[in-house]
Amino acid sequence: MIEILTAFLMLSGGIFCFIASVGILRLPDTIIRMHAATKAGALGGGLMFLSLAAFYMDLSTTLRAFAAIFFLLLTAPVAAHLIGRAAYCSRVNLSERTWIDELAETCQWCQRESTCELNENAPDFQTTQKSPK
Amino acid sequence: MIGAESHIITMAAEITLVLLTLAVFFTFIRLVIGPDPADRIVALDLVSILIVSYLAALSIYTGQKSFLDVAIAYALIAFLGTVALARFRERLAAQNRDENNREEE
Repeated sequence: MIEILTAFLMLSGGIFCFIASVGILRLPDTIIRMHAATKAGALGGGLMFLSLAAFYMDLSTTLRAFAAIFFLLLTAPVAAHLIGRAAYCSRVNLSERTWIDELAETCQWCQRESTCELNENAPDFQTTQKSPK
Repeated sequence: MIGAESHIITMAAEITLVLLTLAVFFTFIRLVIGPDPADRIVALDLVSILIVSYLAALSIYTGQKSFLDVAIAYALIAFLGTVALARFRERLAAQNRDENNREEE
């Protein structure tokens, strides 16, 4: 029984990692690719560590596996936030199907110096966003 | 086969290792062709997560518990590398913009 659980968790982890890599190859722009890399990648890694915990079934390995899962879930959003900020700051080309860009109106990213300044007079993004194509 | 005594687990580990190898290959394609450096940073981040998963699968396949410690240490270092590269990219963008502003003035 526990063998089937281990095999199932390991296979689903591998499939999620594979989906993440297909996403990073096929999706249209940097920000969307980041979505595939961080979400599916972290889920795949977490499932793999869960299967490791199910395979060894002893306390120290399980604790280390859960520590690794906790660490993955802690660092993936931080890394994604930093990469997304860097990508937006360096003005990567967004996909042409993008129709909401909330930061463009409310936040003057890196306009001068290298700090983010909130523009107090910016109109509310809800009133200025374009309609979907 | 040392560690995985069960046939099911061996089969699953082999399939998973093949899938992860393909995944690293696809991510490397993006690492090579990625138009912006930010794309390459994203691809490198995914490669590190994939290698951590690979180490976990390898630990099941060979029955060596110590691969888990390697995976944890590698995840730590990979996170630091990703943060450093992202900061570098952001500073590079700010520098370019400052130079452009100076030229316009």
